Amino acid sequence: MKRREFIRKGIGAAAFAGASLSVPFSKRLWGTPLPPLTYDLIAIKGGEAELMFDQAIEAMGGMKAFVQKGQKVVVKPNIGWDVAPERAGNTNPRLVKRVIQHCLEAGAKEVYVFDNTCDKWDRCYATSGIQQAAKDAGGKIAPGNTENYYQTVEIPGGKNLKTAKVHELILDSDVFINMPVLKSHSSTKLTIAMKNLMGVVWDRGYWHRNDLNQCIADYATYVKKPTLNIVDAYRVMMKNGPRGVSEADVSLLKSLIISADMVAADAAATKLFGIEPDDVPYIGIADSMGIGTMSLDKLNVHRIIL
Amino acid sequence: MHKGRLKKLRVFLSLFFFAVVGILFFELFGKVFNIAPLYILRLQFVPSLVQFISTFSLVSLGFVFIILLTLLFGRIYCSTLCPLGTLQDLFAFLSRKLSPRKKVFRFQRPVIWIQYGPFALVILSLLTGSILIVNLLDPYSAFGKIVTNFFRPLTVVANNLLSVALSKADIYWLPRIKWIAVNKAALAFALGWIILLVSLVVKRGRLYCNTLCPVGTLLGFFARYSLFRIRLDKTKCNYCGKCSAVCKAECISPFDQSVDFSRCVGCMNCLSPCPDNGVKFQPFWKKDEVEIAAYDPGKRKFLIETGVLLAASLDTTGFVFSNGEKKKEVIKATVPIVRKHPVTPPGAKSQARFNSLCTACHLCVSACPTQVLQPTYFIYGLTGFLQPRMDYITNFCNFECTLCSEVCPTGAILPVSKDEKKLLQLGKSYFVKENCVVYTKETVCGACSEHCPTKAVKMVPYKEKLTIPEVNNNICVGCGACEYACPTDPKSIYVEGNQLHLVAEKPKELKIEEKIDYKEEFPF
Repeated sequence: MKRREFIRKGIGAAAFAGASLSVPFSKRLWGTPLPPLTYDLIAIKGGEAELMFDQAIEAMGGMKAFVQKGQKVVVKPNIGWDVAPERAGNTNPRLVKRVIQHCLEAGAKEVYVFDNTCDKWDRCYATSGIQQAAKDAGGKIAPGNTENYYQTVEIPGGKNLKTAKVHELILDSDVFINMPVLKSHSSTKLTIAMKNLMGVVWDRGYWHRNDLNQCIADYATYVKKPTLNIVDAYRVMMKNGPRGVSEADVSLLKSLIISADMVAADAAATKLFGIEPDDVPYIGIADSMGIGTMSLDKLNVHRIIL
Repeated sequence: MHKGRLKKLRVFLSLFFFAVVGILFFELFGKVFNIAPLYILRLQFVPSLVQFISTFSLVSLGFVFIILLTLLFGRIYCSTLCPLGTLQDLFAFLSRKLSPRKKVFRFQRPVIWIQYGPFALVILSLLTGSILIVNLLDPYSAFGKIVTNFFRPLTVVANNLLSVALSKADIYWLPRIKWIAVNKAALAFALGWIILLVSLVVKRGRLYCNTLCPVGTLLGFFARYSLFRIRLDKTKCNYCGKCSAVCKAECISPFDQSVDFSRCVGCMNCLSPCPDNGVKFQPFWKKDEVEIAAYDPGKRKFLIETGVLLAASLDTTGFVFSNGEKKKEVIKATVPIVRKHPVTPPGAKSQARFNSLCTACHLCVSACPTQVLQPTYFIYGLTGFLQPRMDYITNFCNFECTLCSEVCPTGAILPVSKDEKKLLQLGKSYFVKENCVVYTKETVCGACSEHCPTKAVKMVPYKEKLTIPEVNNNICVGCGACEYACPTDPKSIYVEGNQLHLVAEKPKELKIEEKIDYKEEFPF
């Protein structure tokens, strides 16, 4: 431990030297309050990923409703696995590309893309096609593979999870776009928006040891919530998730859900998958903790069938 | 060719080979390894010889080429192709720059048992079926261990410091490299080597190459009969000793105007200093008689001291490492995990085969993108000292990756295709229910099953809505993803190595029934 500490201190000193040369990184542009959204949730299906997103975001009032000029945006897709897009283990790269383009068109200063992956990070970034997609769209790929990218934060609303180490890009960005892919999951039945946030923290083992479902809901109470959740349900892994074994696990649902409410997005995606939100324990826990609404009939939902 | 140019050519070639071989050990970001520079390892004597023994393939005849080269020009291998030779020259270069006094070498008479003793040990070790002494003494493998365990971690630290500084300025193009604790035994071994080499180089030049190095000794036999040799022209030599003073092999005797060419490392340093142009590199028929040297007690004393130093460095590595290793493998707990057999890398075929062919050069350790390949201490027994294994506490084997099998220069890890590898069973997984979160806390987990690439670890119904892992070893490949992902300490699932690698069954693919009506209303 002593050696590690020594190295950390060394890194800290170098970081300080580097930081003093750069622009103050504490600078945050929270921006002016945005106008209320047109809908609580938009579901769309039957088209290609890009077209569905174009139509959904337009119905929501355009990307300008979320991103203001000069803001720093972080897009967090699921890039957990070293598998090709056809395996649906990661967020559809075509969708990621389109979202980044919309952010830049809305005036974003820069758009970062990262994930704390499960397989080796650079292989995941490359094989998923997301690295190329981000580059093509003008976004920047950022790594999340070492602990010193993550800073400890308090989660006062958490029951089991009181602190977490969160990636500095999440903490420093003005806009946080959560881009999960809907997938079956061996631990939590499904992984969607709230579960995708496990990729912005460092120590996931703690979550697994301390009631995973509760920890997922606990982290969703943290103040730096996603500005917008974009649930990719174009290709959906129906079984053997979250990694999947082959393309035989994948079904082409050609759907997309967007919402500022993580719980609503998760509830809608669950129904889309063919099961009830009650079957996915963390959705109910999050609803009861007041993080969002799982009763879709109470929300202003817009449905588009292409 | 002008004799000064001969030395320049030697310096250029040595730096070239040193750079290319060295770079192989710096595949820091686990990018796709370009295979082309690996061909250079065919010109490393021991890897090439071991690969020939393991595969009988013609491409691994590099060692024959080196022997032929030696029969022509003497041991120029030692001064051009051998990276450890060049490393010693670099140490010498640095010490010359740092020390105000010029190093003057003196002719030393060879001592037979010291010159050939280590080599005899190598032969003895090989006859008993163990590659241990080769692993300890082979110059290429020693070089690999030094770079992998000492220089590479230094560059990782430098890279990460720079990366942190850059990211504070919102620059993220330089990724950090996950810092995995340096293997202490391997680091101690590398440091021991560096200390040994530096002290030898400063005091006695290339003494390693003429005593401990099995390749140098073997090539020395051939060099005695080589076509071209260094010789002193008695008609020109005036006994000034300038050639002898620069001879790092200490094999030129100006007193009797002779050269012990079996010890000459072919550096060509002796050609230029001669004021009378009396040092020649010429075919043997122009040579004078070489006298066989006599016994020198001073050398014996020095070598005994060196041996003690080496033994002492080995001893410390043992002390340091055995502690760490025990902590990792046997963790005090509800049910401690005691692995009976370590897991060997894909392509090793069997543990016995791997142990008999790996020279522990650590090229695979450097190349492994996930760093799951880690050097061992005595897990394979005494003879497997520092040979790598799959360490699933550090990480797990990437399902799509075959890099270690591509880079191995000795054939200890044979090439496997991606499709082969995905079915290669390195070991089997065992679930320890008593340690599992689902059993002890009755909360959901399933990290093991999440990471499993074949779903050999499946979650099956347990109490109420809970599910608990179940292992199907027919389709398990032993990649260690389950063990690495398991959040408990001690682990609730672990991989027991297959002593003989097996072929797993292909996971069954049941296609989802697809009757999707994209015009159907949403279910909400």
